[in-house]
Amino acid sequence: MAQPFYVSPEQVMKDRADYARKGIARGRSIVAIECTPGIVIVAENPSTTLHKVGELYDRIAFAAVGKYNEFENLRIAGVRLADMRGYSYAREDVTAKSIANAYAQALGAIFTEQMKPWEVEVLVASVGLTQSDDELYRVVYDGSLYDEDGFMAMGGHAEELMGMLRDGYAEGMDLDAALRLGAGSLGRAGGDDRTISSENLEVALLDRGLPGRAFRRIDPRAVAETLAG
Amino acid sequence: MSEFPASWRTVAFRFEPNPSFTELLRRAEAPLPIVTTSSGSVPSVPEGTTILAMVTADGVVIAGDRRATEGTTIADRRIEKVFSTDRYAAVAIAGAAGPAIEMVRLFKTEVEHYEKLEGSVLSLEGKANRLAGMIRANFPFALQGLVVVPIFAGYDQGQRAGRIFRYDAVGGRYEEAEHHATGSGGVHARSTLRHDWRPGMTTEEGIRLALEALADAAEEDTATSGPDLRRGIFPVVASITEDGYERVSDETLAPIATEILTGGR
Repeated sequence: MAQPFYVSPEQVMKDRADYARKGIARGRSIVAIECTPGIVIVAENPSTTLHKVGELYDRIAFAAVGKYNEFENLRIAGVRLADMRGYSYAREDVTAKSIANAYAQALGAIFTEQMKPWEVEVLVASVGLTQSDDELYRVVYDGSLYDEDGFMAMGGHAEELMGMLRDGYAEGMDLDAALRLGAGSLGRAGGDDRTISSENLEVALLDRGLPGRAFRRIDPRAVAETLAG
Repeated sequence: MSEFPASWRTVAFRFEPNPSFTELLRRAEAPLPIVTTSSGSVPSVPEGTTILAMVTADGVVIAGDRRATEGTTIADRRIEKVFSTDRYAAVAIAGAAGPAIEMVRLFKTEVEHYEKLEGSVLSLEGKANRLAGMIRANFPFALQGLVVVPIFAGYDQGQRAGRIFRYDAVGGRYEEAEHHATGSGGVHARSTLRHDWRPGMTTEEGIRLALEALADAAEEDTATSGPDLRRGIFPVVASITEDGYERVSDETLAPIATEILTGGR
């Protein structure tokens, strides 16, 4: 039997990370912004049925970039864990942090144990009573977990988008301002200067004011009105 | 608390297209509320009594009295037997209160779980069938006397009309076109409904009729409580229309109940 070549663990990890990063960079980006009425998530997504943003639980939303079948698996797992905990304990015992942690562990295990890492980056957002109670967790392909404050971006132009959001963000924005900032930043990412049509935007709000299930989608017509106004 | 049990994580991340929450619990080997026991008798437990539902012009009205009994004792004066399962449906329960409330909790999670996984709302008929399955799963308990008999009612967005489903103890599902009442005082409530229900009633008329039927049942059946003006306890009455589930406030019910009880009908 032929001896396999020796490859250093550093090289293996680096190759996997490069592979995952390339896969994620191919997709379109997502931004999430905390504002007075809640947390708004804006994704560039031409499909109206294959969602990148979804509901996990009462106050918790999911968003992801990368390979659809891989992050869809994560979304389903998140819904399952949330519902199992909510049913076994109580609804308020379901936390974004616990789900983000489960994602981090799963992605970490896949990254080290499997040949091919998952090409995904995930946001778990949780809306609180006030903006200071909002939580944004970002989980990346190797299982690293980040706690973001105020806004976050992920996908191909994440760094650049984070810069734009940092410039445009202010605490206590209203929904229209947050939506305009999000959509505008996505349009300018990658050195472009385009206006993304509302048909190609998937927008959802974790509505602070809604009792119980806070997640709602904002339909393209309402988005178009906001962006035009 | 941020860790999930290993068995939960295993089943959560495993590919499995079945969107049923009950099946998920089974795969996770999490304890199900509906336990199958083999033999032995069950001690007496609180029983929910009278519930009813009727079709109106705008949808349905669903109601339940507030009493739970244990033998001849009043176990609870303020129990609630009507639960919204989602925006367009509600379930009212009669029979063994403990298993029934647990069944409703599981049913609500089941409906919500499906909606989140599939990205579309389960049809009203689909929900009615899932509930039938849960009652069937309760069959071993029913044999021992812990019978759960719910009424399921909702607004069917496809048909743009209210629909009512009743169940028997083994999970048989029957659709009622007009109205239904069950529980210990159900037979009395039914006779009021039979007498006064008309097609095309408004929601307001339906709410009044629901109170009348429960008041009549309370007159005849010791296990049913009518509106209790002295304590300010009123039946749970809710309407489900195109605008969704809405519970009628006690402030709205109080004057109607007073009028009914003081003979102003």
